[in-house]
Amino acid sequence: MGYTPHTGSDKNRMLQAIGVDGVESLYGHIPQSLRERAGIGLPPGISERAVKKEMGVLAARNGTPEDCSLFLGGGIYHHFIPSTVDAIISRAEFATSYTPYQPEVSQGTLQATFEYQTLMCQLTGMEVCNAGLYDGASAVAEAVLMARRIQKRRHRVLLSRSLHPQYRAVVATYLRNMEGIEIVEVPWDKSGQSDAEFVANTMDDKTLCIVTGYPNFFGVIEDLAPMRDACNAHGALLITVTTEALSLALLKPPGEWGADIAVGEGQSLGLPMSLGGPGFGFFTCRKQFVRTMPGRLVGETVDHEGQRGFVLTLATREQHIRREKATSNICTTQSLCTLAATVFMASMGKSGMRHIAEINVARAHEARERLLREAGLTPVFDGPFFNEFVLEVKDLEPMLGRLESSRVVPGLALKQWYPELAQCLLVCVTEMNEREEIDQLVRTFTGKN
Amino acid sequence: MSGHSPEKTNHRAPRLLLFERGSPGRTAFSWPEELPSPQELIPSHLLRQEITDFPELGELEVLRHFTNLSHLNYSIEGQFYPLGSCTMKYNPKVNEAVVRLPGMAHIHPLAPLPLIQGALELLYNLERMLAEVCGMDHVTLQPAAGAQGELTGLMLIRAHMSAQGNPRKKILVPDTAHGTNPASSTLCGYEVTQVPSNNRGFLETEKVKQVMDEDVAALMITNPNTFGIFEQDIQSIAEVVHAQDGLVYMDGANMNALMGIAKPGQMGVDVLHVNLHKTFSTPHGGGGPGAGPVGVKGFLRDYLPVPRIQKGDGGFELGEDHPLSIGRVRSFLGNFGILARAYAYILALGGDGLEETSRMALLNANYIRKRLEPYYHLAFSAPCMHECVFTDRLQQKLGVTTMDIAKRLLDYGFHPPTIYFPLVVSGAIMIEPTETETPEILDSFTDAMIAIAREAKESPELVKTAPHSTPVSRLDEAGAARRLVLRWLAEDSVKTQG
Repeated sequence: MGYTPHTGSDKNRMLQAIGVDGVESLYGHIPQSLRERAGIGLPPGISERAVKKEMGVLAARNGTPEDCSLFLGGGIYHHFIPSTVDAIISRAEFATSYTPYQPEVSQGTLQATFEYQTLMCQLTGMEVCNAGLYDGASAVAEAVLMARRIQKRRHRVLLSRSLHPQYRAVVATYLRNMEGIEIVEVPWDKSGQSDAEFVANTMDDKTLCIVTGYPNFFGVIEDLAPMRDACNAHGALLITVTTEALSLALLKPPGEWGADIAVGEGQSLGLPMSLGGPGFGFFTCRKQFVRTMPGRLVGETVDHEGQRGFVLTLATREQHIRREKATSNICTTQSLCTLAATVFMASMGKSGMRHIAEINVARAHEARERLLREAGLTPVFDGPFFNEFVLEVKDLEPMLGRLESSRVVPGLALKQWYPELAQCLLVCVTEMNEREEIDQLVRTFTGKN
Repeated sequence: MSGHSPEKTNHRAPRLLLFERGSPGRTAFSWPEELPSPQELIPSHLLRQEITDFPELGELEVLRHFTNLSHLNYSIEGQFYPLGSCTMKYNPKVNEAVVRLPGMAHIHPLAPLPLIQGALELLYNLERMLAEVCGMDHVTLQPAAGAQGELTGLMLIRAHMSAQGNPRKKILVPDTAHGTNPASSTLCGYEVTQVPSNNRGFLETEKVKQVMDEDVAALMITNPNTFGIFEQDIQSIAEVVHAQDGLVYMDGANMNALMGIAKPGQMGVDVLHVNLHKTFSTPHGGGGPGAGPVGVKGFLRDYLPVPRIQKGDGGFELGEDHPLSIGRVRSFLGNFGILARAYAYILALGGDGLEETSRMALLNANYIRKRLEPYYHLAFSAPCMHECVFTDRLQQKLGVTTMDIAKRLLDYGFHPPTIYFPLVVSGAIMIEPTETETPEILDSFTDAMIAIAREAKESPELVKTAPHSTPVSRLDEAGAARRLVLRWLAEDSVKTQG
């Protein structure tokens, strides 16, 4: 099939108007040696029906929550998505529009983005939010780079070891080519929170920032007061990273803890898991830092008639104006994804957001309690948690091997990232895990399957 | 309170924000479930109060709010977008349908491998398809966008150079380049040396020779360049760069001009990125999400990001054990939902369809160029590929600028072309029609441009005060940057409604 509308007579008419005899003449100036080897060795095109069939065959080979019991989190979460979300983001006026450089014909995207920025400020308790970054991991990397711009003479970054391992990997990749930045890993204590004593002893006047998960990769809710105190004592910036954005509907928001920059992944807010993307990175900070922020910003203004309208603003930080001196090279906002989050938050509303967060807390706590009591599993951390927790399981690997064909995924084995947690499993329970699934999870460990 | 007054039917009537609608206690969400108080499970000093000023709307209210906002947007399915360098082509509906299959949408990236075999096969195949189209040996799909692809590509170059003993210091960037090229170079720790293109619109080998030395890690070239002109010296330029052991990076933003016509891999290009949201038809979404896969020649394979998708005895695997890899640039496996759309697109078109795509993109661009040439100053006379660049030189004399022409086009129901880019052309008007537009649309667009050229002569004020028929008139952008209102606040709202 094809998506070009040209008929034979269209082509003839156009070629005649241009004054050439064939389409090939339009690229006759490209060296022959290139043209003759340009053929694409792919099968010929197929019908729409055949595309659907082939994609359906691939899709059928993947396991979904419809046919599996998944207790997987680790940065991507299976949450309820109201039907309003897909109804709006499927609208071609949003899905097939361009970046809103022409504000007169982009007020839909611009106003929705302004609303997104506001909602994220409310959720995080922060003062300003940009229009969106690629994902949570690159948002952390951008946050550290921004902290470095603010703290030019400092070179040390304290990074919690309990921050998402893939996020730490992306930070390492981004910082590799920046001269002289030193990363120090902060260990956890028995609660699963970042070790406050270590932070107090390690933080110094060369430290530009400390970066912590909130909740961290183990689902543990960090008490940010000791980190804030240490930052205050040495003039370092506090950066929080939230992979489970829904938790902020219930937890004390980063802004109230005094975070300087609060970033994270927004997938939980209305986006399907989709093998981990696309979601979006949210990026919020104190207003005083706004001019050093990466990414786009939408601001309110008025038109010539005095009517309220919205535009992209502070573009002088950006690559298309500043080129090599820009604050970042980014020029996307994951706009359709932040729109999904905006519709999600508007649909859930003030009470719905909190209620769904509370369901997560209740189910996860109930599941953990039962796994300890009924299945005799061992807790690893005793700190407070949201919807994920770590348990030690005897003979974990053989057990996971046995389960591979059973379509129950009891959690995420931590060994690949944390050799010291080789027997440990990160279990995630959301509102989408029905009671029967939790029963099944418990039976998996009691062997009463 | 204005929230209760009926909105005027005039589409320039004030529009309310989410936060100015609704009523306390209202909700679009229902999930009856008795729960323990969270204070019993989490210490109260870690909990928040309710989210101040968060929306409280009913379901229809939410839908109506966003549906009405959507009406204020221009979009491909509504109208024609002649945006140069952006490739605003039709986004096929079947792609949207297939990514919503549960087996595509509801799959977890950290699930055991047997549960994601279909997805990994798709990615594995897509890597090979893109490599074939571009003439490269290997592809990574991890970068989330074109600019992240650039950064990834430069990191690969840096890793390669470092392995040879010296990362080198500079990247050569032509003056026609997208702004992301120099920005990505800086982010990768390089200095940028700008290389001028000639007055015929392309880069000459001699110019590259003058600045090429052993401090240069790579040349970053866009081909066709942002004038829509094929870099005819590309092969000899690549030889000059390679002679000093430098590498050639190609920004593949304009790949829509080249499929089946010329392969970057055969031009001497060592690394390139392509934008799936341009050439491979995934929707722009008002500014993302996109995807920026990177292709490399075989000698750079070991540096590619991890995990790499590999075919093992028991099926597809995620290979982490590549010690020379630059590491990860994104979490998980990239923007899978976008990658899957591009895969469906390539399946549908096949090799022959991709070639026809580029051919028709060229036909449409050359047709527009021919029709407008008598009325607007053409920046370069060299043959154009998939886009062409005009300027406002003729209209400037009448006091009418590119910005005015762009805004006046809105009144004719057309989105403006890309304007004032490339920066090296004064008053640039950059037009890229793409292959999915009919000649009838091209006729009505060029008719509008021709009418505006006439208006510039006969009634310049009409053009200079445009647009006249959009939901808002020209916006005060300077004021927005000065006052800096980046979020709604209850107290501001009370003040203005006072």
